[in-house]
Amino acid sequence: MIDMKRFMSGGAAIQPIWVFVIAITIFFSVMSDYFLSVGNLSNILVQTSTIGLIALGMTYVMINGNIDLSVGATLGLAASLAVGLQEYSLTLAVLVAIATGVALGALNGLLVWKTGVNAFIVTLGAMIGVRGLIFVYTGEQSFYASNFAFSDFGASTIGPIPVLAIIFLLCTLVMHLVLKKTGHGRNTFAVGGNPEAALDAGIRIGRNMMINFMIVGFFAALAGVLLATQMGASTPNLGRDYELWTITAVVLGGTKLTGGFGSITGTLGGVLAIGILRNGMNMMQVPAFYVLVILGVILISVLIIDQKINVKSAKGVTV
Amino acid sequence: MNAEAVTQASGASGRGESPILSLVNITKKFPGVIALNKVSFDVRAGEVHALLGENGAGKSTLMKVLAGKHKPNGGQILLEGEEKVFDTPKRAKKSGIVLIHQEQSLVPEMSVAENIFLGSLPKKWGNRVDWKTLHRDSTEILDRLKCSFSSKDMVSDLSIAKKQMVEIARALVFTPKIVVFDEPTASLTDHEKPVLYDIINTLREQGVGIVYISHRMDEIFHLSQRISVLRDGEYNGTVNTADTNEDEVTKLMIGRSLELDHASKPKDFGENMLELRGLTVDGVFSDVSFNVRKGEIVGMYGLVGAGRSEVAETIFGLRKPSAGEILLDGQVARLHSSHDAVAQGIALVPEDRKDQGLILGMNCRDNMTLAGLETVSSKGFMKSRAEKRVYDKYQQAMKIKTPSWRQKVGNLSGGNQQKIVIGKWLHTHPKLLILDEPTRGIDVGSKAEIHALIKELANTGYAVLVISSEMPEVLGVSNRIIAMYDGKVTAEFDGDAVSEDALVQAITGQYVTGDGAPAERPVA
Amino acid sequence: MASAEHTKQGFMLSKTHKAGLLNFLSAQGILVFFLICMFAFSLFSEQFLSQSNIMTVVRQASIIGIIAVGVTVVIIGGNLDLSVGSMLSFSTVLVVDLHDKIGPVGAILVMFALTLMLGAVNGFLVGFMRLNSLIVTLAMLSAIQGLVLIYSGGQNVDIANQSETWFSVFGQGYLMGIAVPVIIFAVLAIIVQVVMSFTGYGRRIFAIGGNPVAAVYSGIRKNWCVFSTYLISAFCVACAALVLGSRVMGSQNNVGQGYELLVLAGIILGGTSLLGGAGSIWKTVIGVLILGFIQNGLLLLGYPYYTQWLVTWVIIILAVWLDLANKRKRLLTRHS
Repeated sequence: MIDMKRFMSGGAAIQPIWVFVIAITIFFSVMSDYFLSVGNLSNILVQTSTIGLIALGMTYVMINGNIDLSVGATLGLAASLAVGLQEYSLTLAVLVAIATGVALGALNGLLVWKTGVNAFIVTLGAMIGVRGLIFVYTGEQSFYASNFAFSDFGASTIGPIPVLAIIFLLCTLVMHLVLKKTGHGRNTFAVGGNPEAALDAGIRIGRNMMINFMIVGFFAALAGVLLATQMGASTPNLGRDYELWTITAVVLGGTKLTGGFGSITGTLGGVLAIGILRNGMNMMQVPAFYVLVILGVILISVLIIDQKINVKSAKGVTV
Repeated sequence: MNAEAVTQASGASGRGESPILSLVNITKKFPGVIALNKVSFDVRAGEVHALLGENGAGKSTLMKVLAGKHKPNGGQILLEGEEKVFDTPKRAKKSGIVLIHQEQSLVPEMSVAENIFLGSLPKKWGNRVDWKTLHRDSTEILDRLKCSFSSKDMVSDLSIAKKQMVEIARALVFTPKIVVFDEPTASLTDHEKPVLYDIINTLREQGVGIVYISHRMDEIFHLSQRISVLRDGEYNGTVNTADTNEDEVTKLMIGRSLELDHASKPKDFGENMLELRGLTVDGVFSDVSFNVRKGEIVGMYGLVGAGRSEVAETIFGLRKPSAGEILLDGQVARLHSSHDAVAQGIALVPEDRKDQGLILGMNCRDNMTLAGLETVSSKGFMKSRAEKRVYDKYQQAMKIKTPSWRQKVGNLSGGNQQKIVIGKWLHTHPKLLILDEPTRGIDVGSKAEIHALIKELANTGYAVLVISSEMPEVLGVSNRIIAMYDGKVTAEFDGDAVSEDALVQAITGQYVTGDGAPAERPVA
Repeated sequence: MASAEHTKQGFMLSKTHKAGLLNFLSAQGILVFFLICMFAFSLFSEQFLSQSNIMTVVRQASIIGIIAVGVTVVIIGGNLDLSVGSMLSFSTVLVVDLHDKIGPVGAILVMFALTLMLGAVNGFLVGFMRLNSLIVTLAMLSAIQGLVLIYSGGQNVDIANQSETWFSVFGQGYLMGIAVPVIIFAVLAIIVQVVMSFTGYGRRIFAIGGNPVAAVYSGIRKNWCVFSTYLISAFCVACAALVLGSRVMGSQNNVGQGYELLVLAGIILGGTSLLGGAGSIWKTVIGVLILGFIQNGLLLLGYPYYTQWLVTWVIIILAVWLDLANKRKRLLTRHS
C-alpha cells in the first residue's frame, strides 16, 4: 500500500499526471497527424509557457502551505509596465516590470509573515488591488509595443524551437533543481510539512515564505512580459483568471493545498496536460468552452483518486 | 517526610558531584499568572533526573525556558558553571540542550536524514545540500542508536516508535550535554519502551545529563537516579530514587496520599445491554465477542494498537463491520453512522478529547448540549433556558470549574474539559456509555473524581464500557475485564479475581491458544 | 501537560482582558471603520448621506449581498464556495433565455431547480465525497463557465419585450418605497441569521466548522449538513440571478465572473474567519455595505470606479493589521 501511495503521489515512480499526459498525447496523435509535429509541439510549449512559468513559483508557495491569488493581476501589471515604459528604454521597462512583480510578492509575503493571516485573504486583497493599480496606470487603455525588438522577441526561435519555449524549459529545470537540491528548496518542504518543527529547528519560516512569494511574483511578472512580447501589446484585463488556471495546473500535478508535498515535475505535467488538451481539442475543432468542463471534471477526478488512495493507506475513521 | 528532609536528600546525594546544568530561581510570568515561581533545578552529568508534577505544575514551562522557547522573567541558567541566556531554541541547541517533544515534530514528506539535520543541512557552494555528508553523518547517528531503518527512508512511512527514534537521533547532532524527554513513552507500545530505555541508558553512560518528564511512576523508578517535584509552579523538593517510594513521591506531588482503589466485586447485573457476536473489521480486529450488562462496568484493557478504540468506534457506527453483529438490548442494531448510534442510546467519550470530543472554540454550554440538541429545542429552534438548565445540572453534578457557561472550552483544564464531554453524553441519557481512555492526560485529583463518577453511573443502571491502557484504572473501576491483543479478545476476567500478571500476559498475547480463540477464563 | 498549562494561562488571560472602549474598538473594529468612512465621505459630498443615495448603494450592493449570505453559511461550516460567480452567470443566462421560451414562471422554476442541482453537486462532492472544497468549487467554477458557454453557444441573451413582463419587478420594482432587491437581500439575511443563531441546524453548522471530527463524534450528520450549506449557497445565487436578470433584462454569458472574489472580499471585511466555526450574517452584511459605500463614495468624489479596488486592498490590509492585536494575544497563549 505504501508503494502504491508513493506511486500515485509522485515519489521515484512515474506520477499519475504524466500517465494522463502520455495518454492524451497518444490519443491526439492518433486523431491528428499534425499533432506530433515539431511545429505543433513547440506551439504547445509556447502556449503553456505563461501559465507554466507562474505555476513554477506557485508550486513553491503551495508547498509552503500558502497560496497566491494575485498572480494574474501581477502578470497584467508587469505586461502593462513592460509595454508602457518602452518609450523610455526597453531594458528599463522590462526591469521595472520584473522588479514590480518581485516587490508585490515581497509585500504579500511580508503580510503573511508578519500578521500570520491566511495567504488566501492577503493575496485576494492584492488580486483586487493590483488590478486597480493596472487601471490607474493605464487609464483603462491597451498599450501597443513601440519597440519592434520587443515583439520580435516573442516570435523568435533558436533553430526550430521558439525562444519562449526554451526559457520556460530552462526555468523549469532550474526550479526543479533548486527545490530538490538546495537548502532553500528543502526548507520550503519543512515549512509546509511541519511549521512548528521548522521553527524549532531554527529555520526562518517567515523569510522562507517571503522568498517564495517573491519567486512567484518574479515568475508572474516574467510571464507577463513574455506574454506581452507574444501579443506585442498589453490590455488592462490581461491575466484575469490566470490564478485559477495556475492553481488548477499545480493541483493536477499532485501538489497538496495543505503544504509539505509537491514537485516541479508534477507541475510540469499539470501544465502540459492543460496545454495539450486545449491544443488537441482545438485541432479537433471542439469549441474552447468544452475544455473548461473537461478540466473541471479532471480536477475533481484527480481529487477523488488521490483521496481513495490516502484513505486506504490511512485505515482510519473517515469523518 | 517533610520539606526539610527532602531538600537534605538532594544535598546528601550530591557526594561532591557538581551539576552540569543548574536552573536557579527561575521565574516565569504570563499575563495574569505566575507559571514558575523561583524554581531551582539541577542535572548532573550521567544521571537521569526525573521531573514530576501534576498537569499545570509548570514542568513543560520550565523545560521551555531551558530550551529557549520562553524567556524567563527572573533567575539564571548555569551550564557547566557559566551563565547562559537562551533567547532562541537554536541557541539552546547549539549549547547542547535538546528537548525531545511529546508531540511529533518531524516533517512527514522528508527523508530521515533531512529530518535529523533539519535547519542545519550540510551545504556545498550555492546553498546546495551535501547529500553525501548528510547521509554519512545520519547513518552514523542511527547506528549509535541501533536503529533498523535507513537514513533515506521517508519519515511518513515509519511507525510512531521509529519516528521517535528519529527525534532522538536529531538530538544527537549537536553532541548534547542535556537531553530533555517530555513524556516520551506516551505514544509507545510496551514492546517499544525497552528500546527507548536502552537509548536513555546509553546516553547516560556517555555522560549526558537527562531530564525525564513523565506521569508514569514505574518508568521513573526504573530509570531515574533522582526525582524532583513541582507543584503549582513552585519547587517542591528533590529525592534520591533509591531512598523513596511511590507513595512518598505522590504525596510530594499532590500534597496528600492517594487512596488506592479497590476492584469492584462482580454482582448480579441486569440483562445484556450490549452484546457483540464475532464482530470483525477486516485488517483491524476480528471475531470480537463480549457483552456488557445493565449496571455493569466492563473494562477493556490492551496496548495501544490492540484494536480497542476501533471496537468502540465500530459500536458507535463510525466503522463498518465486515462480519458479526452488534446487539443492543437484545435486538440486532443497525448502526450506519454516529447519528444512528446516538439515536439508539450509545454514547462514546472518545480517546482524543481535543480532536474528537470538543469544539474548542465553542462555549461550555453549547458543547454540553451538542449531542442532544433535539431535547433542548422545539421545532428546530433552540430553547436557551432549557439549554442553560441542562448545563447547570451537569456543571453542578460534576463540579466543573469554569467562571461562566460562556467560557470557551479551549480555556478549561483537561479534567474540566473531560467532564464537559461526559456531561454532553449523560445529557443524552444513553443506555450504553463507552469511555475511551477517560483520564488520559488528566491530573490526579480529577482522575479520582471521574472514576467515582463512572462507578456512580453504573450504580444508577448505566451499562459502561471503559477502555484504558492504565492497569490501575482498569483494576480500580471494572466489574469485569476484557483483554485485547492484536485485534482479538484474548481473555476475560472477573474484576476482583484477577492478578496483574495474568492481565499483562493476556494483553501481550500469551493467553491465545493455538487456533487463536480466547482461552478459557483464567479465573482463580 | 503543555496543553493544560496553556489552557490555564489562557483562562487567566481572558479574565484579565482589559475592558472598556479599547476592547470594544478592537472587537468592533470593522464597524468603527465603517462609520469613520461614512463620516469622511459625508464631509466631502453632501449627496452621500442623502436617503436616495443610501438606497441606491444598498440596492447596488444587494446582488453581492444576497450571494454573500449563502457563502457565509458555507464558510461558517468550514468550507469555501468559489463557484458562485460562474453559477450566477449560469442562472442569469438560463432565466433570461428561458423567459421568452417558456414564460417567466417556468423560467424561474427551472432556473431555481438547476441552480440547486449545481449546488447539490458541490455539496455531494464536498459533503459526501469529502473532497477539498477549494479545489472542488474551483473546478466547478471552470466547469459551470464552460456549461454556460455551451448552453448559450457563446451568445449573449436578452428578453425581447422588456416592457410587457412582470419579470422586471425583481430587479427594478419597489415595494412601499423600498427597492425589491433590497427587500430580498434583507429578508434572506434576516432569515439566515435567525437560522444560524437560534436553531439546532445553525448550531450544528457552527460545530462542524469549529471541529468536524468532534461534530461527527457527537452524532451530527456532517455529510448532510455540509451538503445543505451548498444548497443554501446555490439558493442565494438563484435569488441573485433573479435580481440581476430582471434588472438588466438580458445577460452576458460571463456576467458573474469575479463575483466569487467580491463576495469573499465582503465576507472577509465583515470579519468572518475563513477557518470556519465563527462568523455571522450581519457581519457579512456590514462588509458588503462597506464595499458598496466605498465604491459609491469614490464615484461621488469623482474618482474612476477602479480606485475602489485599490481602496479595498488597503482596507483588507488594514483589517488584517487591526486584527493583529487580538492575534498577538492568542499567539501568546498558544505558544506558552
